[in-house]
Amino acid sequence: MRKIKEFFIEKLILLCGLASIFFVGLIFIFLLKEGFQVLKTVSLGKFLFGSKWYPISEPAQLGILPLILGSLLVTLGAAVISIPIGVGSAIFIAEVAPAKLKEILKAGIELLAAIPSVVLGFIGMVTLVPWVKTLFHLPTGLTALSGSIMLAFMAMPTIVSIAEDALYSVPKSYKEGALALGATQWQAIWRVMLPAASSGILAAVMLGIGRVIGETMAVMMITGNAAVLPHSILQPVRTLTATIAAEMGEAVVGSEHYFALFAIGIVLFVISFGINVTADIFLHRRK
Amino acid sequence: MKKLCIVLVVLFASAFASAASNMLQVKGSDTMVNLGQAWAESYMETNPQDFISVTGGGSGTGLSALISGTCDIAMSSRDIKKKEIEFAGKKGIKPFEIKAALDGLAVVINPKNTVVKLTMDQLADIFTGKITNWKQLGGHDGKIVLLSREVNSGTHVYFKEHVLRKGNPAGTEEFAPSALMLSSSQAIADEVAGNADAIGYYGMGYISPKQKPVSVAKDANSEYIAPTIDNVVSGHYPISRPLYLYTKGEPTGLVKKFVDFILSKAGQEIVVATDFVPVSK
Repeated sequence: MRKIKEFFIEKLILLCGLASIFFVGLIFIFLLKEGFQVLKTVSLGKFLFGSKWYPISEPAQLGILPLILGSLLVTLGAAVISIPIGVGSAIFIAEVAPAKLKEILKAGIELLAAIPSVVLGFIGMVTLVPWVKTLFHLPTGLTALSGSIMLAFMAMPTIVSIAEDALYSVPKSYKEGALALGATQWQAIWRVMLPAASSGILAAVMLGIGRVIGETMAVMMITGNAAVLPHSILQPVRTLTATIAAEMGEAVVGSEHYFALFAIGIVLFVISFGINVTADIFLHRRK
Repeated sequence: MKKLCIVLVVLFASAFASAASNMLQVKGSDTMVNLGQAWAESYMETNPQDFISVTGGGSGTGLSALISGTCDIAMSSRDIKKKEIEFAGKKGIKPFEIKAALDGLAVVINPKNTVVKLTMDQLADIFTGKITNWKQLGGHDGKIVLLSREVNSGTHVYFKEHVLRKGNPAGTEEFAPSALMLSSSQAIADEVAGNADAIGYYGMGYISPKQKPVSVAKDANSEYIAPTIDNVVSGHYPISRPLYLYTKGEPTGLVKKFVDFILSKAGQEIVVATDFVPVSK
């Protein structure tokens, strides 16, 4: 009886494991099937490097370069803001902070992760956007920079918790050895701990960036959504994710616009996949 | 465990029961969403057995929902497009058009802005990006910030066809790429209220003291007309449009009942109450 039970449970867990792979496969096949049909109307080069996005005009102009650059610009901005702060917090929590403060900080960061993105977007819209406008004397505060700042907040919890984990898993003897050889606390962290945990920290950064590039709602609310080729971070931009979210409802199933949105989905998938694989490689290197 | 099962079964049963024949899904134009809500509420007061749900999302969204079969009535602030009729035909649906109200499109700026009137040509040049500074229009020195609705909005399409392309079906003018695309009329109203350089457009119903509608003239020799109900009814205001309902084929049953209510005197009074213009029957 017990053996049979054991057998069933084993198989059930196996099924669960296979199910997730199966669903990812299905999603991917569907994406490809719908997305590649856009190539009937535009060539791949025109689609990826065209600079005009007018999907509902006759004839439709489906160039997504402004959208790709918009996404990359916002992501880059968020990375520049969130990586130093995130890694810094992780070092402080893992190495420097006293036990009591550690707990408070950890709870606070987890709380930050729990704020829904739409709420962050809304807060950004009423506080950050006017502030950016007046600070830089811009015609409008709905810019890539506003999006970057807000997204940095979203990437931070991921970066801090994984980087802190990476630092924590470095054997204690390393640090003790460094201190015994007369290194200061800071030298031990900078010269010993960080290099030892570097692959984990890189993975943390990658996952944080992955979180940013896939973010939709907050970006849609505060970047202004103008499909221009961006020249500076103080301009409105339109991202890949916001384009899908804003236009999917309108696109008639089976129209070229609909296929183009799926093709944007493929581009996003490829970018996220690349980031996740890179993060994975770094994580495994550490083991 | 057993209890949980029973609860779930009851929940499922009730979920399916509510999707019965006395329910209507109305979806579409963001411009008309408040109007649709008001119609539905007033109708349900007199017919408590029926349930009508109204959602926005844009004219295109409503029409594609009608074609995909997820709503019964699509509200639209623009004509249905040839392409959409084709798609509907493929699914065996013949969209039926009902003119339910009229709307004037107001072009709004910040009250601090000194500009008060614009011609249609100037509007076209502003929104296509040919005129970039308020100075060129006799206003202050400031870069014009263009606000537009997203492409799923009937208001966006109507404005493009009738203002940017001046009603020329073969026109190729587009909104300047630098135009900010906002997802609702309310978002445009908020940005205009807080930004002295902004200019946007939306249905008359959204005008509040925080924005200033500009008077519009057909050309430089004509009179400048303000967007008011009287001017839309008389046809003097140049940017006014019909608001449509689309149904699957001729309305029958509950759909017909609701449409008849909308076109009745009571329904058209609601149109006036929500700052739109009634269709003269």
